Amino acid sequence: MNIITNNKWIGQRTIRPDGADKVTGRAAFAADTNMPGMIWGKILRSPHPHARIRSIDTSKAEALPGVKAVVTSRDIVDFPVDKSVMLGIQDMRWMCRNVMARDKALFPGHPVAAVAATTEAIAARACELIEVDYEVLPWSIEIDDALTPDAPVLHEFIKFEGKPSNIAGRLEVKKGDIAEGFKQAEVVIERSFTTRPVHQGYIEPHACLISVAPDNKTTIWSSSQGQFMVRAMTAYLTGIPQSDIRAIPAEIGGGFGGKTIVYLEPLATLLAKKSGRPVKMVMTREEVMRATGPTSGSKSTVKIGAKKDGSIVAAQGTFYLQAGALPGSPIRGAVGCSFSPYDIPNVLSVGFDVLSNRSKVAAYRAPGAPIGAYAVECVMDELAEALKMDPLELRLKNAARQGTKAAFGPVFPRIGYVETLQAARAHPHYSAPLGKLQGRGVASGFWFNAGGESSAQVNITEDGNVVVTTGHPDIGGSRAAIANICAELLGIDYRRVSVLIGDTATIGFSNLTGGSRVLFASAMVVTQSTDKIITTLRERAAKIWEIDPEAVKWENGAAHPASPNAGKFEPLTLAELAAKAPQMGGPIGAGVQLNTEGAEGGFGTHICDVEVDPELGIVRVIRYTAVQDVGRAIHPGYVEGQMQGGVAQGIGWALNEEYIYNRDGKVDNPGFLDYRMPVCSDLPMLDTVMVEVPNPKHPQGVKGVGEVPLVPVMAAVANAIHNALGKRFYSLPMSPPRVLEVIEAKA
Amino acid sequence: MAKLHVSTTINGEPAEFLCEPGDTMLDALRGPLGLTGSKEGCSSGDCGACSITLDDRLVCSCLMLAVEAEGQDIRTIEGMAHGEHLHPLQQKFLELAALQCGICTSGMLVASDALLRKNPKPSEEEVRFWLAGNLCRCTGYDKIVRAVLETASDMREQGTRESWQ
Amino acid sequence: MTDIRYLAPSTLNEAVSAFAAGGSAARILAGGTDLLVQMRAGSVKPGLIVDIKKIAEMTAIEQTADGGFRIGAAVPGAVLAEHPRFGEVWPGVLEAVNLIGSTQVQGRASAGGNLCNGSPAGDSVPAMVAAGAIVTVQGPNGRRELPVEKVPAGPGRTNLLPGEILVSFTLPTRPPGSGDAYLRMIPRTEMDIAVVGVGVSLTLKGGVCSAARVGLGAVAPTVLLVEAAAKALIGSKLDDAALNAAANACSAACRPIDDKRGTIVYRTKIAGVLLRRTAAIAARRAREN
Repeated sequence: MNIITNNKWIGQRTIRPDGADKVTGRAAFAADTNMPGMIWGKILRSPHPHARIRSIDTSKAEALPGVKAVVTSRDIVDFPVDKSVMLGIQDMRWMCRNVMARDKALFPGHPVAAVAATTEAIAARACELIEVDYEVLPWSIEIDDALTPDAPVLHEFIKFEGKPSNIAGRLEVKKGDIAEGFKQAEVVIERSFTTRPVHQGYIEPHACLISVAPDNKTTIWSSSQGQFMVRAMTAYLTGIPQSDIRAIPAEIGGGFGGKTIVYLEPLATLLAKKSGRPVKMVMTREEVMRATGPTSGSKSTVKIGAKKDGSIVAAQGTFYLQAGALPGSPIRGAVGCSFSPYDIPNVLSVGFDVLSNRSKVAAYRAPGAPIGAYAVECVMDELAEALKMDPLELRLKNAARQGTKAAFGPVFPRIGYVETLQAARAHPHYSAPLGKLQGRGVASGFWFNAGGESSAQVNITEDGNVVVTTGHPDIGGSRAAIANICAELLGIDYRRVSVLIGDTATIGFSNLTGGSRVLFASAMVVTQSTDKIITTLRERAAKIWEIDPEAVKWENGAAHPASPNAGKFEPLTLAELAAKAPQMGGPIGAGVQLNTEGAEGGFGTHICDVEVDPELGIVRVIRYTAVQDVGRAIHPGYVEGQMQGGVAQGIGWALNEEYIYNRDGKVDNPGFLDYRMPVCSDLPMLDTVMVEVPNPKHPQGVKGVGEVPLVPVMAAVANAIHNALGKRFYSLPMSPPRVLEVIEAKA
Repeated sequence: MAKLHVSTTINGEPAEFLCEPGDTMLDALRGPLGLTGSKEGCSSGDCGACSITLDDRLVCSCLMLAVEAEGQDIRTIEGMAHGEHLHPLQQKFLELAALQCGICTSGMLVASDALLRKNPKPSEEEVRFWLAGNLCRCTGYDKIVRAVLETASDMREQGTRESWQ
Repeated sequence: MTDIRYLAPSTLNEAVSAFAAGGSAARILAGGTDLLVQMRAGSVKPGLIVDIKKIAEMTAIEQTADGGFRIGAAVPGAVLAEHPRFGEVWPGVLEAVNLIGSTQVQGRASAGGNLCNGSPAGDSVPAMVAAGAIVTVQGPNGRRELPVEKVPAGPGRTNLLPGEILVSFTLPTRPPGSGDAYLRMIPRTEMDIAVVGVGVSLTLKGGVCSAARVGLGAVAPTVLLVEAAAKALIGSKLDDAALNAAANACSAACRPIDDKRGTIVYRTKIAGVLLRRTAAIAARRAREN
């Protein structure tokens, strides 16, 4: 069967399986469930950016009527600092210190204790009764402050170049000889950039509901980007074996990477265990903004050298990314992705992981890559200007193609970057006239994408329909795409396929929903499971017809004789074979578990038009076109949705989103009022062009599509503003006061 | 202090509940009334995920005291479909993929419905400004705006406005 | 949690007695779009909430015999927008009131609440100041009237006496050739608090500005009535020189702070820009009347 062309369901805009629940308010998100006897948990958080915790006295809180349990860091399993214990990309040494401060509080909002009580109000009151003796320590928030020689060191045990340091890590990617490369360059542009930390901005605050029975059997109801991650981290941090924990994935109200780690679940589990009562915890928006996410702020320097004909001969990048108060900034994305759209013989890309007294960063859509791409793609724009080349032509001349060796290691197979550039150049948007004070910018971006562990179970119901269970929380429509694939393979209407997300007890291990891996990986395991079922169905038809299974083909939802030679039989439909299952060998179903491989990187090229109010410094995006190599659009509606959502987040990052700190080292805008994400009236329609260059290593040609669309946006906006004003911007956000400052700066 | 007793009408049905004087309508909906379709995203009126109508006026239920519901007429997302028939807006949101995670969807639909009741022929700009108080972080709003505009057009053509009043 | 009492009296006298008796822990509830946020954030812990929306005078919009308007302090923005005449006579005041928050907030928020919240950035206040609105307040010692610009005392504070409740705004009659406008600067297109807000109301006679008032918000501890800007406009044909002089007067009147919403330099500069733009809109409207 050729499934790449001539599809009935792949490529259709079907109605998502969870759709009706979500438009009627039925869908149960993390905060939407209750349990009998449930009580409420609240967290006491540090008011200080940096303070040694001399002692914690919880006795008054415990004595308050209605309080059922109090936990502090003493209740959480310690992971000594000298031995790394990795769980995915997270080190449990840092996770155990992030969910609750141990010897030191490291940022304002850092949990110090947690209380469970019969009402939220009593729990909150009890938090106020906990007495913490703090020794307030000097602190730093910004990268520059954290890297001065006399900066307060957050962790004495973290050393860089032999000395205690706030640099927690260094990563280097190298190709060719950078010094030799720049010697050949005839035009060199070198610029430095800063970006501010930005939050993922999911609308659903973190929440969980947890019950622990006296025998330790634990049920976790929470929304996350991985129920298995929740299970494992909770097990590690509470000491309860994973086999005793059942983590049930609630519908997730947005994550964008921010829900790939736990904050509440270990605390609620310990409170539930101590109190003997189910415990519900729901963060306020303020807690979300103070203590979760964001992605890093950064300082970067990028230098690119080219020949006069536009061929790039050398590129160098240095990226300092904020980790927050515990190690782990996404330097891999900045270092590895930034130069990957280009075939450059000599590359040196170095990243540093910088600690300061901010909340620990979490993944955010293509972690690190947008930060690097912002710097690189702005320099590319200046290079094109210096070379008097069209910016898309410059990119085309240097574009990575099949066979290009990326600086971060691999040799690209058939990729679609060139196609995105060609599609952008041919798009009417690129040649549309611009008005006064308007400008147009372009930029490209790359993300690795990812494979990894996935499990699926596909079962045929007794009435001949299908239930697919996978292990990845559906964050943007993956269930709809899986229904399309399964229906395609079985040759039945997609409405006959139910797709569910299993909990940790009902489906095999599946890694996080993240890195744009879910549809790539789950399509593989669902395809293999469905293939097994089709084999079974053919075998059963063969048995009934008393012919060889090889002589049976599966088509349009039924078994048929493969050729006239096989005999003349009426087709046996899925429903008929399902009805005969008890007599023919029993239930029909198959499960597959894989460590999937072959996820290939994704590329995008964006065109952005802006209009600037030069008296007020306001920039509005007035037209936007995102072009992306999407591999294969299994459900085009949700592929476009990923592209549009990424663009909107990037416009926010470019123009207005930032954490604002006050003089006390605390976030001064911990809410949606002053953390300014784009609202509906801020944006134009966001046009998308899906270029389909199928992934040769995937049965349906799938590539991850979720991360790439955030990567080019900030540079596309910055380049557009330059085109409108003739002024370059080297820091984000390009908010009105800063835009006005640059406009009025003397040339 | 004893809880307050409130008698109100929710989605056309008489309803009674008990609340603390400081409870918001959102607390009452999600708590004693068990209507968790209205979501709590911010509790400060900035995200719109808790949108309801109060006597046909669009409001944030997080910015209204529960006791203020006494004698009023409240509508929530749970009252939008007629039995097994989805409201045209609900159907269009599904067809156009105008939702991804779904956390903002209840509020978006309630707000969009309020717009079309007031203005059956809104411009794109009118839709965008009307929905400016409903944050969506997934979609970039494109498909939401298209769904509202298309539904408005369909309802005008098909004259289905009345049956959904 | 402290216990809260909730009252929804149907007469102003009852409301005033209860509010006065409630002392400093008592709060007035109109639309609640500020009060509930403050309660949830824990910055206000009221002992008594007096809901004034059951009082007819508080929610009424009346056109007076001489062509002026009386607007109850609790009239929501969305209701004011639906009034058949108000927006024609006072388009600037209406657009200012309608800029308070989202559509949802408009369903509840009132100009009275916006004023009594005491924020220097309240959108309706500069427009009301420009319009020359008079407010009526009622307290334990009876009723009094005062110009709207006398109400704010500083961020979060008003000059109302203990127990006094804001009852209504009275807007004067409009001579022919009058127009008003309000503009604010916000980083986004909606949902932000004003970084600077400017209200202008003026009257033209034979192309010459015969009367003008300018209200300026978010650049000082209270909304300002900028008389120097008005002076620069009065007697002029609203030419560039006059507009620039008025803009400079606005910038000169600024005493802003650096905060999360804007810088001193930025606010000071754009106060003038907004004055020019707002005055131009008001002038256009005046010419059309």
